[in-house]
Amino acid sequence: MSNRSSAPADLPVGAMFERNSARRGEGAARSPAPDAIVDASDVHKRFGSLEVLKGVSLTVARGEVVVLIGASGSGKTTFLRCINHFERIDRGQIFVNGRLIGYRTDARGRLVEERAKTIARQRAEIGFVFQHFNLYPNRSALENVTLGPRKVRKMPREQADELGRRLLRRVGLESKVDVHPAQLSGGQKQRVAIARALAMQPKLILFDEPTSALDPEMIGEVLAVMRDLAKEGMTMVVVSHEMGFAREVADRVVMMDDGVIVEEGPPAQIFDRPAHERTQSFLAKLL
Amino acid sequence: MFSTAGLHFDYSFFWNSLVHPSTAFLQGLETTVYLAVIAQALATIIGLFLALARRSRIAPVRAFVWFYTWIFRGTPLLIQLVIVYDGLAAAGIYSFNNISIGSFVIPSVVQAAIVTFTLNEAAYMGEIIRAALNAVDPGQFEAAMSTGMSPGQAMRLVVVPQAVRFVVPPLGNDFNAMMKNTSLASVIGVSEMFLVTQEINSSTFNTFEIYTVAAIYYLALTTVWGFIQSAIERRIDRRWGIARPRRSWSSWASSWGRRRVATVGAAAAPEDQAIPQGLGTLRERRGFPRL
Repeated sequence: MSNRSSAPADLPVGAMFERNSARRGEGAARSPAPDAIVDASDVHKRFGSLEVLKGVSLTVARGEVVVLIGASGSGKTTFLRCINHFERIDRGQIFVNGRLIGYRTDARGRLVEERAKTIARQRAEIGFVFQHFNLYPNRSALENVTLGPRKVRKMPREQADELGRRLLRRVGLESKVDVHPAQLSGGQKQRVAIARALAMQPKLILFDEPTSALDPEMIGEVLAVMRDLAKEGMTMVVVSHEMGFAREVADRVVMMDDGVIVEEGPPAQIFDRPAHERTQSFLAKLL
Repeated sequence: MFSTAGLHFDYSFFWNSLVHPSTAFLQGLETTVYLAVIAQALATIIGLFLALARRSRIAPVRAFVWFYTWIFRGTPLLIQLVIVYDGLAAAGIYSFNNISIGSFVIPSVVQAAIVTFTLNEAAYMGEIIRAALNAVDPGQFEAAMSTGMSPGQAMRLVVVPQAVRFVVPPLGNDFNAMMKNTSLASVIGVSEMFLVTQEINSSTFNTFEIYTVAAIYYLALTTVWGFIQSAIERRIDRRWGIARPRRSWSSWASSWGRRRVATVGAAAAPEDQAIPQGLGTLRERRGFPRL
């Protein structure tokens, strides 16, 4: 967050999504932090009359693992979905890998939504792992993994199959290559979903409560794969209720409450010496 | 007091008509089949576009689909047939003429029938496909988008292929009705099975016999289609990795009314074969108890 003012000026200028950026007193250019994979500032989002995000700012450095925690309804998942533009934002801006996501600045310096194809290209760089896996039920595990590379990257089938097999081996499912999702356990499904995200060779993977829909005995195998990814230097933003995982793997834990970040820091600090009263009561309830 | 003089069933005429139908009757049967198949195929394609147009961002496009569906589902097929063939010609808007492709001639009435059945059925197919698209979990669309697909690719490669599964059963229902509804084309003079039957009747006066024969042939058509439909459904299930066992005698017997004993435990799905969410029909296939 510190390098903001010294960042190069060739990037989109910081007009806010709203029409009257000048009135909001942010005349200066707003550019992404140079090393950040994710650089979100002042993100606002409302669904109808419900304001879900009330100004969230967060940067994630290359190779960093950030775990978002907080009670349900605190806005963690919505914020995660804003990072790859599954949700439009009402105010603020999000840079991913130095590029404004979902929006561009028009001639008058206002932010307008990008064309669908451009957004699609941006999303190809961002992996997303869903709570409910969302595997394609009519396709085998291998086809689930290779569809993206084949259709988006135009990779030849043999090469894509090769990549798919390698990734399924990496998540420990080489024996399930031709199996359909209906015949996989929850943990296996989620590992296929991670392989599917990896197949696009993303710079960042977003995990939306990846173990919340799993039986307890299957959580471990999914977390193990995520731990390996973290070790290999993958940049990850994880919404999770797995405090053990957060403590062990996260570089930084971010506590959200009521649409804002109330506290962030290394796991030891957040879990052992939470400063904010909301964090204290949230963690107390989990024990 | 009852006279048997009126009761007359010409068994040999009936049997002969059933087993050795005339050439005219067989041609009528053929017309019935190809009218139904072509109209259903075209209607399915148009229906897909109607369903997608219903999701359009452009309001007039959505309004058009609504209007189209309103008209074609809200008026009798019989009247639509007469309007398309006789009405349009009478008003000087369009009249159908025979088209010959080589030695093969498509009569004007058949063209009119195909057009009408297609337009009518497209309205129903549009609704069927719309419901099927809605039945696909929105998470599928998002998953496709998360791998960098454009909205168009996500629909084409992920959502539409999954919707097929939800389209087949109601499509089967409609095609069953379509084969029988082709008999309406007799009013504009299409020589399909019903019109030929009428002609045989007026020359032989074996009314009961010949119409019974026609009914049996319609029943045969819908029965064959029933088998084809289940084969298609089984095939799609295999694509989804859901094995559906062939029906055993006992399951046929129970669907004909024999009581089942203690099927609950036996029919429970094995632990490792999770039933995907939102596929209600699977329950039946796995043999849930009858209520």
